[in-house]
Amino acid sequence: MTTFTYTLRNLGSATAFLLAMIGPAHAFTACQVTDTGGIDDNSFNQTAWKGVEDAMADFAIDGRFLESQAETDYEANINSLIEGDCDIIITVGFLLGDATQKAARANPDQRFSIVDFAYEPAIPNVLGQVYSTDEAAFLAGYLAAGVSETKILGVFGGINIPPVTIFMDGFVRGVDHYNAQKGASVSVLGWDIDSREGLFTNNFESLDDGRAFAQNLYDEGADIVLPVAGPVGLGSAALADELGTDKLKIIGVDADLYFTDPQKSHVYLTSITKRMDATVRQVIETAMNDTFNGGVLVGSLENGGVDLASFHDLDSAVPQEMKAELDTIREGIIAGTIKVRP
Amino acid sequence: MTDTSMNDLMKAKMIGRSEIEDLIIVPLFAIVAALILGALTMLATNVDLATIGLSYVALLKGSVGSLSAISETLTAAAPLILAGLGLALGFRAGLFNIGAEGQVLMGGMAAVITGFTFTDLPAAILMPMSLLAGALVGALYASIAGWLRVATGAHEVISTIMLNLIAYRLLDYMLRLPFIQKEGRADPISKSVPDAAELPRLLAFIDPNLRVHAGIFLVLVAVAVVYWLLFRSKLGFEFRASGENPQAARYAGMRSGLIIVLAMASAGALAGLAGANQVLGVLGRATPGFSAGIGFDAIAVALLGRSHPIGVLFAGLLFGALEAGGRQMQVDAGVSIDLIGIIQALIIVFIAAPLLVRAVFPWGFRKGSRQTEGGQ
Repeated sequence: MTTFTYTLRNLGSATAFLLAMIGPAHAFTACQVTDTGGIDDNSFNQTAWKGVEDAMADFAIDGRFLESQAETDYEANINSLIEGDCDIIITVGFLLGDATQKAARANPDQRFSIVDFAYEPAIPNVLGQVYSTDEAAFLAGYLAAGVSETKILGVFGGINIPPVTIFMDGFVRGVDHYNAQKGASVSVLGWDIDSREGLFTNNFESLDDGRAFAQNLYDEGADIVLPVAGPVGLGSAALADELGTDKLKIIGVDADLYFTDPQKSHVYLTSITKRMDATVRQVIETAMNDTFNGGVLVGSLENGGVDLASFHDLDSAVPQEMKAELDTIREGIIAGTIKVRP
Repeated sequence: MTDTSMNDLMKAKMIGRSEIEDLIIVPLFAIVAALILGALTMLATNVDLATIGLSYVALLKGSVGSLSAISETLTAAAPLILAGLGLALGFRAGLFNIGAEGQVLMGGMAAVITGFTFTDLPAAILMPMSLLAGALVGALYASIAGWLRVATGAHEVISTIMLNLIAYRLLDYMLRLPFIQKEGRADPISKSVPDAAELPRLLAFIDPNLRVHAGIFLVLVAVAVVYWLLFRSKLGFEFRASGENPQAARYAGMRSGLIIVLAMASAGALAGLAGANQVLGVLGRATPGFSAGIGFDAIAVALLGRSHPIGVLFAGLLFGALEAGGRQMQVDAGVSIDLIGIIQALIIVFIAAPLLVRAVFPWGFRKGSRQTEGGQ
């Protein structure tokens, strides 16, 4: 019994101590609401949070985050941050679009920024951060088509929403470009670009789904799989780890998964990076020096908002010739001579 | 609580000492024990004492510390209480219904469809009609499990779990049907219900961010109706009789098959209402994750409330408070929201094991009361 009493007393004094001492207030607070993937998803939410962390280090500001466990939490989470004296609230993900809009309208003096959503017409106190992810995915598609031995590639998504399917669109068009250039016939399983139908796990959480979907694609002959579903892709990486990278390779999304998933880093051929950390940090900076304006901020290959990560351990699997071609295509996309969208 | 006040309460209420122990003292100590173990969990994960203190202050502040905190607590509690009442009804009738989640989904879907289909109707008709549709479809969906039990002997635990899985996929499918899916969206999301179908927000005139809505009146009515049904009506007596002893009930001339189907249907109606409450009161539309595990949390609520309507009411409020307060814990102390899940689970463990609570907390229990009464 004494242990319990002791702990209780300790808790009591800790509380009193805290109430007496309210931490030194920073001048500026940036707050983030995640979607249901969670802050430690190794990919989407984590990259955006890194932007806040970078800003915390660079500008000596305060940062806070709130994880959403279910879609019903979005509105409530934003509301609890509104009461928490945030100078800017960053909501992460397309699925928070409606909730962010509602909160922004109800609180016109609060500055918001949302990742992966652009409002039409723009809301004056919301800055949308969107990414031309298809430009980098185009490169990844071209690369995968050239590296694949089976000439079959696989792709699957989390939920059929634009920020997810834009990866799949770019990837498929990159493969098409390869086929057109080389007269090859590499096929992509899991996404029909015209009917807008494909393979979706319908969640951003289940690693089991990631494994099962990759297994299905592998069984159908795919030797490179692109999972566009945040942490779900970690399940696919686990499968590739067991099968060996000569049988199955994974292309990461959002962050360079070689670094964020160090245990399985060797299975990633490359990653389609979406530099949310850079744009989030930039948005915080504009909010701090009062140059914040509602509207849209677009990340592209040109400004480094999206990119293809390096090949790391699988560098030897990519022929020198392919690397040179990728550089040419990159320049072509930036210059506008190669169209990634029809 | 001191022994004298306990005695006074006993005299005033004329109920047995062990009931008070079971209904009040055990849950109270279970909560205390869960909070302490939660603190120890935090300590074990390298959270320092100051932050632990701060996080529990935040838990309190976020659940009852302000008008918006209370509003959030009530908003989170409403569906849990509704679905919990349904499960409690089933438990009383001896049916262990795991299917509330599926019934919530089907009921919510029916409410949304009714809402956006009859947009021309005035609120006075459309809102009750949408709620009714939710309750009706929830009841029908749950009756499937009841009917399977009666007709084939299939155990309701198995069939309701399967029906949950069917409901998930059915929802995914329905949300992409052209007449349900929101225009211009490729992802599974339903059209929004018109204002006339929504449960009005009660405190929007003070602050538009206050989410508490008219669903809380629905909850109070449901608590009263379930209480009446269980303890004042003939049907409720039959539910309880077949729950206590199905054979005896049958020999007494009760039609057990009908009772099972009716009990499942009433449980499903309440779960369906919980779903309707979410889509009409909180979300305004349906998405694949709109049930957010309410149907499963409600099982815990019903168990914590000892399958008694009043108990369910308080258990639901407690879970709502934990949810709302947990959010504040994240904001103020940066403690993971998963911790709230741990605390909730610990509460259930302690409630489910009253002997453990009695052993750990010797105060407030009459010595040996369990042994003399033969235990539970």
